[in-house]
Amino acid sequence: MTVSPKVASWLQVAPMAFVFTAMVLIPLGIIFVVSFLDYNFAQVFPEIYMGSWQDALYSRLTVDLYLTVFKFLLITLTITFAIGFSLAYFLVFHVRSNGMRLALLAAAAIPFWTPGPIRMVSWVPLLGKEGLVNQALLGLGLIDAPLDWLLYSQFAVVLAYINLLTLAMLGPITHSMAKIPRSLIQAAQDQGASEWQIIREVILPLCKPGIAIGTIFICTAVLGDFFIVKIMSGGQTNTPANAIATELAAFQYPPAAAKSVMLLVVVVILVSVLLRFVDIRKELQR
Amino acid sequence: MTQTDKTKPKAGGLSRRSVLKSGAAAAAASAFPAPMLWAQNIKDIKIVHVGQSYSTIPNIAEKANEDLDFTVEMQTAPDLTTQVNRMLSQPKSLDVTDVGNTTLKYYVGRGFLQPLNVSEYKYWDKTVPLFTSGTYPSGEKASMQGYAPIKAQYYTGPDAMEYSLEPTEWLVGMPLYYNADTLGIRPDLIGRPIDSWAELLNPEFSGKVALQDGTGVGVPDAAMALEAMGDVSYVDKGNMTREEIDKTIEKLIEYKRDGHFRSFWTNFDQSVQLMASGEVVLQSMWSPAVTEVRTRGVECVYNGMKEGYRGWYIMMMPMAHLEGLKRECAIEYMNWYNSGWAGAFISRQGFYNSVPENVKSHMTENEYGYWYEGKPATEAVLNPFGKVMEEAGVVRDGGALWDRMGNIGIWNTLMDEDRYLVRRWQDFLAA
Repeated sequence: MTVSPKVASWLQVAPMAFVFTAMVLIPLGIIFVVSFLDYNFAQVFPEIYMGSWQDALYSRLTVDLYLTVFKFLLITLTITFAIGFSLAYFLVFHVRSNGMRLALLAAAAIPFWTPGPIRMVSWVPLLGKEGLVNQALLGLGLIDAPLDWLLYSQFAVVLAYINLLTLAMLGPITHSMAKIPRSLIQAAQDQGASEWQIIREVILPLCKPGIAIGTIFICTAVLGDFFIVKIMSGGQTNTPANAIATELAAFQYPPAAAKSVMLLVVVVILVSVLLRFVDIRKELQR
Repeated sequence: MTQTDKTKPKAGGLSRRSVLKSGAAAAAASAFPAPMLWAQNIKDIKIVHVGQSYSTIPNIAEKANEDLDFTVEMQTAPDLTTQVNRMLSQPKSLDVTDVGNTTLKYYVGRGFLQPLNVSEYKYWDKTVPLFTSGTYPSGEKASMQGYAPIKAQYYTGPDAMEYSLEPTEWLVGMPLYYNADTLGIRPDLIGRPIDSWAELLNPEFSGKVALQDGTGVGVPDAAMALEAMGDVSYVDKGNMTREEIDKTIEKLIEYKRDGHFRSFWTNFDQSVQLMASGEVVLQSMWSPAVTEVRTRGVECVYNGMKEGYRGWYIMMMPMAHLEGLKRECAIEYMNWYNSGWAGAFISRQGFYNSVPENVKSHMTENEYGYWYEGKPATEAVLNPFGKVMEEAGVVRDGGALWDRMGNIGIWNTLMDEDRYLVRRWQDFLAA
């Protein structure tokens, strides 16, 4: 018995389509409906209430929340790109042995050897008022009083993001870079291009897919994070994800739902713009 | 509601008490046709108690299963949000639960809890008057600011639709633990006595204080401080008007922008770490957290403030779906929980049990003297797991039970304007 290719492809997507509908689309639909309902004291009433959306769309709070998270995102992207690209370049073009390259790449994952909560706690003895960094700076006579902005600050949040997310940039860029044929570099060198020209005009354009994928990872991680912000800022910084968490903890589902839908739309727009720079299917084929 | 009604036969014109008596008798008659069967049936019954790490402790579960003829299974919710969501969405997946006073407003009239009748609870006569009548033992009325015990101790009727400020025979639940919280202080880093909540907002400690991150505890603490400083005046700081909320949040935003707060804390470990590491010299804390800081060799005191303590309590309640034999077992388990052993276990962590008389016989004279009576320890005081909490000669900060519990300035709370407060709290966090 044979099935037509059309039927076969429908059958192939059916399981995923089912899972996606049941686990993503339907819950999302419910969240969307709840965002229009009235609420109080851990109860949602079946009455239309537009207040959650009015607040989500027109309040000063929303502006503040998104300004904060986009600031974190831009700084994190810039720094992880700078570090990720240079490290990738070093690994691909300057490390000769394959084994060494793998070992170094694996070393970049060392921050992930400890579980998240422990990693977060261990920032205190490092960055705290009586922490190692402050003690070292005091000991060297560089400062008179401990720096308090090292911890429980926006600086600390960005630092933790860079510590965790550089790998998300390094990996995809290394992958893209490793696929650049050596003959292209050779040709550029034969034409008299300097190393800097080769990086700018040959390597960087060919790494675009890797950069785009790394950026997608980081965008979704930063916009969706509330744990790192909470711990590293000492709860003193509010982002869209933290605002949702605060409302869920107060059992106020409709405003949390409105903010979630809004955050989802923002993430989807960002990701679809980024996907214009990379053809995922082509990346997977090679 | 329908589930509660099912277990209680309708009997128009009778008093509540007689309804209960006939109801209980009928239930008993139908549930135990023969003594043999009762013994057989009860073995198969399992009571699921869902609580948090402070109440569902493996040692207590073990002892309960030793003492009782049925099975008790304790399940620990990782946090309050998970616990309340489970109660709201799957009330039949648990039989007994215990929650703090900040959430009691969520449950009334929702139909998934059922009242406990005074006659079913053996120790109501021995319970401290804070719960039975809302007074201190002196007869003086306890503070009504915030969610005071008497605000959610009695239902108006068996339907559990409304809380009653006047005693009735329908208990919302069995009060379990309670305590009086105050500021934890690092005397070595402050060097002078602290006796007012106003110190929490004193510019002298700018960048060295922390606040609990929440509207049920952090806001009452801040309100105590703002009122003590004379910055904001309240009619009832435990249940603010919108105007009072605005004033409070605006003031707090000013302090936050000046860098007054070092950090906010959300859990036990964070509060301990902030204090022990010296990041913070003054913050509101729980009693066991102060002890934990001290066991790390760091000085930390926990004396009362002249404006009073911030009080809280935890209530244990039966779920509405319980009926027949299973209901009897759940009630028996609840009675067991306050019969002394478990209460003594919890008291060794610095909380109070609502029936001190029962607890006394399960503690040594030294333990009871230290934890409840404000007496100097005659020998080392151990926690329930055998770790030394205090050395001989030490007196509990704040003194005896009623020196602490008898001076409450505000209770942990859930305000009528909760929706507005949470919204403004978001502004504060974003500022």
